[in-house]
Amino acid sequence: MTPVVHRVVGRIQETDDVTTLCLEPVTGARMDFRPGQFNMLSAFGVGEAAISLSSAPGDRGPLRHTVRDVGAVTRALCQRDVGDLIGVRGPFGSDWQVPQRTVGTAVKDVRDTVVIAGGIGLAPLRGAVHELVAASHGGGGRVFLLVGAREPSQLVFNDDMEAWARDGARVLVSVDRASPQWHGRVGLVTALLSDAGFDPANCRALLCGPEIMMRFTARALVDMGVAPEAILVSLERNMQCGLGWCGHCQLGPFLLCRDGPVVPYAGIVSQLLTERER
Amino acid sequence: MAKSNNPSVSSKVQLGEVVVLRLDGLDSLVARLTALGFETKGPVVRDGAVVPGPITGVADLPVGVHDEQAPGSYRLTRGDDGRLFDWAVGPGSWKAEFFPPSQEVWRAVKVGDSMQFTESAPLAPLAIVGARPCETAALDVLDRVLKDGAHRDPVYADRREGAFVAVVECATPASTCFCSSMGTGPGIEGGFDLALTEIDDARGHRFVVRAGSDAGVEVLSVLAHEEALDEDLEARGRVLDQAAARMGRQLQTEGLASLLARNVEHPRWADVAERCLSCANCTLVCPTCFCSDVRDTSDLDGTLERRRVWSSCFDLEHSYLHGGAVRTSASSRYRQWMTHKLSTWWDQFDTSGCVGCGRCIAWCPVGIDITEEAAFIAASDGATPANAVSKASAP
Ligand code: SF4
Ligand code: SF4
Repeated sequence: MTPVVHRVVGRIQETDDVTTLCLEPVTGARMDFRPGQFNMLSAFGVGEAAISLSSAPGDRGPLRHTVRDVGAVTRALCQRDVGDLIGVRGPFGSDWQVPQRTVGTAVKDVRDTVVIAGGIGLAPLRGAVHELVAASHGGGGRVFLLVGAREPSQLVFNDDMEAWARDGARVLVSVDRASPQWHGRVGLVTALLSDAGFDPANCRALLCGPEIMMRFTARALVDMGVAPEAILVSLERNMQCGLGWCGHCQLGPFLLCRDGPVVPYAGIVSQLLTERER
Repeated sequence: MAKSNNPSVSSKVQLGEVVVLRLDGLDSLVARLTALGFETKGPVVRDGAVVPGPITGVADLPVGVHDEQAPGSYRLTRGDDGRLFDWAVGPGSWKAEFFPPSQEVWRAVKVGDSMQFTESAPLAPLAIVGARPCETAALDVLDRVLKDGAHRDPVYADRREGAFVAVVECATPASTCFCSSMGTGPGIEGGFDLALTEIDDARGHRFVVRAGSDAGVEVLSVLAHEEALDEDLEARGRVLDQAAARMGRQLQTEGLASLLARNVEHPRWADVAERCLSCANCTLVCPTCFCSDVRDTSDLDGTLERRRVWSSCFDLEHSYLHGGAVRTSASSRYRQWMTHKLSTWWDQFDTSGCVGCGRCIAWCPVGIDITEEAAFIAASDGATPANAVSKASAP
């Protein structure tokens, strides 16, 4: 239950209200984790929030967490400066199950991967895309990244997206409302699906974004011929412990800190995404 | 003429053996447990209710106390029969002894350029004399959440594993009780150190006692006890039969989990929401509700403290997620609570989340009854707001 004390060694202002914190443990080794998992981050004296890891396990650099300022704790985290201390408990939860980069061994899973993110939903997918792009050079399948955001100013990881595109990934970006400087696509992320060029019969899809976006995107993928079993979604609820004790992260049969956040779309999840919880 | 029991002896009792204790033997049990270093607690009367509290002997127990319970009401009465356990569970449950309503998780101070944490100290070992069968069943349910999952809550688990539990079977369930339906009472066959049945007939006021663990055997062996006769075992059987017969309520559990899972849109949720105050009483009195908030504070001297406090799915903030609650309506919150208890608890922990203690019925200020709500939905399975059954046509 006690956090491991980490120091902020870098911070990146991604958008007006989104900050990436780069963290190193004050003592001891950096934690092992899989892309898609999350940590409980403590802003000491304010509280704790569940934040997904946005770095890749294979990175040499510090742990990254990309935080959107939506409440007292996330605001305090966003305001932390280089040198400040942050508590970290984790990693918790399920992951995207992307092929692991193992030097010298061929990647066995050669399916296409289509990664679809809405807004800051790209954060828990960033590490997975890193791994997938690396794996694609070691015999792994092709990588397609489809990103939607409300406005161009809300896009995160623009440098990464350029780098992934240079590295062979097909990256398509669309915004709901264009700004005068925007020359890219306008419209919902689902409109990008048909242009992407992945093989629906031989692919996996990783989705993270607002639930309504995941609902429509997953349905569109199934309509294109993608097997529901090949679709993974990342779900989110209030989390206070990460340990399966506090009861806040329940969604139907799930305790999302334990059974999620990454869950298969097939079966109960497709139903949960259509039911009104209100 | 009835045979009389053998004179009192202290002798080695075998696991599973049945003996008889008299009132002085029960007194010695409490004294013995305290002498062994346990913090000894049992049912006591406080503020007009039977609740867990410290005990030093039989005199501290609810002597001659009885209860009247109904949806939305709970009242104690007093008799001069001298019986100790002729009442059904009150608002307090043993949950609070293992999972306190407010508990320090850690304190931390800044030391040099890092922090130093002190985890909360373990609680003293606890002995309970007089838990009811449904209450140990509730602790077994909590074990699956806080002790036996992937993460072990050390404070809960240590106190639970170190506890001594003497159960007293139920002779007089309340009108709100339905443990027979849930398989959690009125008798108990395992999961205790000692199990007692209170009997008061021609052969006197006494307890039929079984030892269910090595610790139970050890404690019982040093108490003055008598050998149990067939008549004692028969008397216990009669107590349990009578208790089952006077069980005030029942719940049809067959197919219940899937019934609730497929009736998310049932109009009854809106109907119950018109009555429910979202006061959270039901979750506070429930012996298995485990939801908690984690709260951080800092002292003026810079000491940080993290506490864990009970919370309720009836609170709007419970489902707070970036800027708003997910479950905004009373109907969605009641549905979450009841569906969790009777349906998704199975998915999450492979057990029912309800043990049939009836507390949520008696302590609901408007008398909402989980058994009645479940029966209504069962009788109108598949109803939706569009094809709503009229209230008059349902049970
Ligand atoms: S739901 Fe009600 S009857 Fe069931 S265990 Fe909880 S308080 Fe008791
Ligand atoms: S069901 Fe009753 S006790 Fe529970 S929140 Fe509603 S009014 Fe309160």
